[in-house]
Amino acid sequence: MSQLQAIALSCERGGRPLFAPQSFTLGAGQAMQIEGDNGAGKTSLLRMVCGLAPTASGEVRWGGQAIAEVRTAFLRDLLYLGHHLGLKDDLSALENLQAASVLAGHAVDRESALQALHAQGLATRAHLPLRVLSQGQKRRVALARLLLSKACLWVLDEPFVALDPAAVHALQQVLHNHLEQGGLLLFTSHQSVNLGSAVVPWRLNA
Amino acid sequence: MSAFFALVVRDLRLAFRRKAEVLSGLFFFVVVAALFPLAIGPEPATLRHIGPGVLWIGALLASMLTLPRLFENDWRDGSLEHMVLSPHPLGLLVLGKITAHWLVAGLPLVALAPVLGLQFDLPPDALSMLALSLLLGTPVLSCIGAIGAALTLGVRGGGVLIALLVLPLCVPVLVFGAGAVEALGSGLGAQAHVSLLLAMLLPAVFFSPWACSAALRIALE
Repeated sequence: MSQLQAIALSCERGGRPLFAPQSFTLGAGQAMQIEGDNGAGKTSLLRMVCGLAPTASGEVRWGGQAIAEVRTAFLRDLLYLGHHLGLKDDLSALENLQAASVLAGHAVDRESALQALHAQGLATRAHLPLRVLSQGQKRRVALARLLLSKACLWVLDEPFVALDPAAVHALQQVLHNHLEQGGLLLFTSHQSVNLGSAVVPWRLNA
Repeated sequence: MSAFFALVVRDLRLAFRRKAEVLSGLFFFVVVAALFPLAIGPEPATLRHIGPGVLWIGALLASMLTLPRLFENDWRDGSLEHMVLSPHPLGLLVLGKITAHWLVAGLPLVALAPVLGLQFDLPPDALSMLALSLLLGTPVLSCIGAIGAALTLGVRGGGVLIALLVLPLCVPVLVFGAGAVEALGSGLGAQAHVSLLLAMLLPAVFFSPWACSAALRIALE
């Protein structure tokens, strides 16, 4: 049932096509790593898949239906993590995580949020305002959303940026588990990622 | 509805951790209201005459001051993307943000106005009518202002642009808000003015979140 289809998606920036029309299908348990040079349109492609950016042409389908038609169901199944983490500097990691989970449509209690932060190695930082955390720690707070998420389609824009090797390893494990459970994963990364054979590389060329 | 309340609580919490932003609007209101009697002179009849208008203009400008930041922080840190990608209706979330803005920037004005009204020698019934008219009028200002804030999101010099866009639209609120106190003083009764303010409030609360949502989606593209 959960299947993501992109049909002849193309994107324009300043009247110039960013990449040739892209068509792909992603099924349960599959991951796709979008690759491309800087400015190739990786982020734009992810934003179009989520419905954040308008498509110049083409269509995105979720479970066989255009995402505009099944918008609420699609958004409930979607977790998007972009360049901007959507975290508030004045709130603590715990408050940020709880606010984000309510917005995502699956409110979590304090205990499970604390547990997710603990799993990210932030147990002692859970109550500190986010502005005192380092860049990598902020990303870990954002990635704690993955542990709490009930969404089956994860769209992650450069999830491995600013993470130390241990955190990279832990994230790979989380992504691997997600795929094992039949989740879908669409992500961009400049580094090679070890998620087993499930990852399909997808190269964006102008 | 849980998302609505969660967003209101989050925004209130943020406001209390950044008190300077909240207090700047209130402080502005107090200073403007205090300067008028000093500049115009202590003639009670004149002060009583201009009082409601001055306080209403002060409240209008004070609520404009905090508007540019209504959506800007969320837009910068990516929270707005999460709002748009939330399965909850965006209009409901926007209404939550407007509500939080009013609780922080509008409601304190309502509470302060009767105190400041004493400087203008306003009688007790005029003071309570002033508070009532602001109680009905300031949410309309927040609703209309939010549309301006959403439309100018990401525009350089957005603050001035918001004022240019929004102030003309606020004229009816100003006219009937200040007019209510005036009408009460002249013995005409303020019922018609209050009804009109209420009539502006309902469509504002209903349509503003919808208009804001459309503008915010465009701003994110």
